[in-house]
Amino acid sequence: MKTQWQPSADISTLKTRAEFLAKIRQFFHDQNVLEVDTPVLASFTVTDPNIESIAATCNGKTAYLQTSPEFFMKRLLAAGSGDIYYLGKSFRDEEFGAKHNPEFTMLEWYRVGYNDHQLIENTLELIFSLLPEAPVTKLSYKSLFEKHFNVNPHTVSVNKIKMIAQQYCDVQFDSDDVDVWLNLLFTHVIEPAMQGWFVVYDFPESQGALAKKAINEDGDVIAKRFEIYCDGLELGNGYWELTDAKEQRQRFENDVRQRKLHGYRDIHYDENILAALDSGMPECAGIAMGVDRLLMIKTKKLIINDVISFVFE
Amino acid sequence: MASFSTNEFRGGMKVMLDGDPCSILENEYVKPGKGQAFNRVKLRNLATGRVLEKTFKSGDSLEAADVVDQDMEYLYNDGEFWHFMDPASYEQHAADEKAVGESIKWLKEQDVCVVTLYNGSPLVITPPNHVELEITETDPGIKGDTATGGTKPATLSTGAVIKVPLFMSIGEIVRVDTRTGEYLGRATGGK
Repeated sequence: MKTQWQPSADISTLKTRAEFLAKIRQFFHDQNVLEVDTPVLASFTVTDPNIESIAATCNGKTAYLQTSPEFFMKRLLAAGSGDIYYLGKSFRDEEFGAKHNPEFTMLEWYRVGYNDHQLIENTLELIFSLLPEAPVTKLSYKSLFEKHFNVNPHTVSVNKIKMIAQQYCDVQFDSDDVDVWLNLLFTHVIEPAMQGWFVVYDFPESQGALAKKAINEDGDVIAKRFEIYCDGLELGNGYWELTDAKEQRQRFENDVRQRKLHGYRDIHYDENILAALDSGMPECAGIAMGVDRLLMIKTKKLIINDVISFVFE
Repeated sequence: MASFSTNEFRGGMKVMLDGDPCSILENEYVKPGKGQAFNRVKLRNLATGRVLEKTFKSGDSLEAADVVDQDMEYLYNDGEFWHFMDPASYEQHAADEKAVGESIKWLKEQDVCVVTLYNGSPLVITPPNHVELEITETDPGIKGDTATGGTKPATLSTGAVIKVPLFMSIGEIVRVDTRTGEYLGRATGGK
């Protein structure tokens, strides 16, 4: 067998990486945000149909490598932790590519009492303590679709959005899910056009996952979710967090139904997170960022392999 | 035939797309943190030579194409077909004009080419990257002119026309890059 023992990143990049992690910890220390080290292996995992967990066996039972520290962090928030951050590994199966590695470093943090826009400011403050200050364009998801395709993504019919998507991309599949076409246009047309720093906010309700629902100034139902991009590279996903256990349970149940419909692995949702929400998780906003990708921006690397010590082998 | 899922797609893999065999050139994984994953795939249609860019849902699959690349010796042209031989099995294959295509101008008997077989028949002929061919026609050579860097057209034994330095003459053997059609130097003989 041909061996490839050398690291995938060069040593000087790894030194930059170490400084980067130290600076992130310093930033949160200065803001009185507590570092928490939550489990990466647990019996439960996310139900999101678009995220696959890596299964392991622990004590003879199936357990999962966590795709994000979100559920444990929310349980800490409900237990009265106050502001917290996690800087460590997360795992997602089937994610391989120039910008994906199944094991990656995630920075996730929660600020109690913040809404999405306050957390956006806090996120930019962190980013520009690590990278050179630059102008940032903030746009709603809707305004991007209006600008590029002249449609309202919150009300467009599946046939209309499919027709638009097929004009831009030569697709080899069909779908009656509006979000599939919205995601296609977002990743294939909008992201490549976002040169520089962008914050996109107010996503479609159906793409809300664990975000609060709200109504925008035009009367569309939206999710209080935002995303950060640099030169079209997705760096972070934030929510003004849903605190309603009943609503969260419905969304989990819907995920489980979707999984069944698509023939994906059956995942039982975690009752602990629902119980934590039910006990009264404080109003807060949270964001997860891909640290490897932030480092790609910092070191001007185009491939994730160049910033991690050893890519999955 | 086996099939390949989008996350197995690699450069060089041969798959069937809309009834034509294609070679995968690039496979880019595109996935928003929350949402459907896609694979943006560049493929060359081996029947037409055209490069296509298609988007798949991650996890979808394509049937493998019965396409193999094999080194074969070029034997001769009978006016209609170009005949190649597998040096290991001595099995012969006849390629038509469409399969030979642009490679026609670089085919020299006994050279080893890559023959792409689709369902057992030659689909594409790829000449060696470098070939050595005789100049059959060119203006008289200017002796000793190795400094001015000027060039002149020369016709080679296969009919290809390339640019050669002014000092080259008829009967000399040149080394050519078949991918660019560029003159690389005088063949040093003995090959």
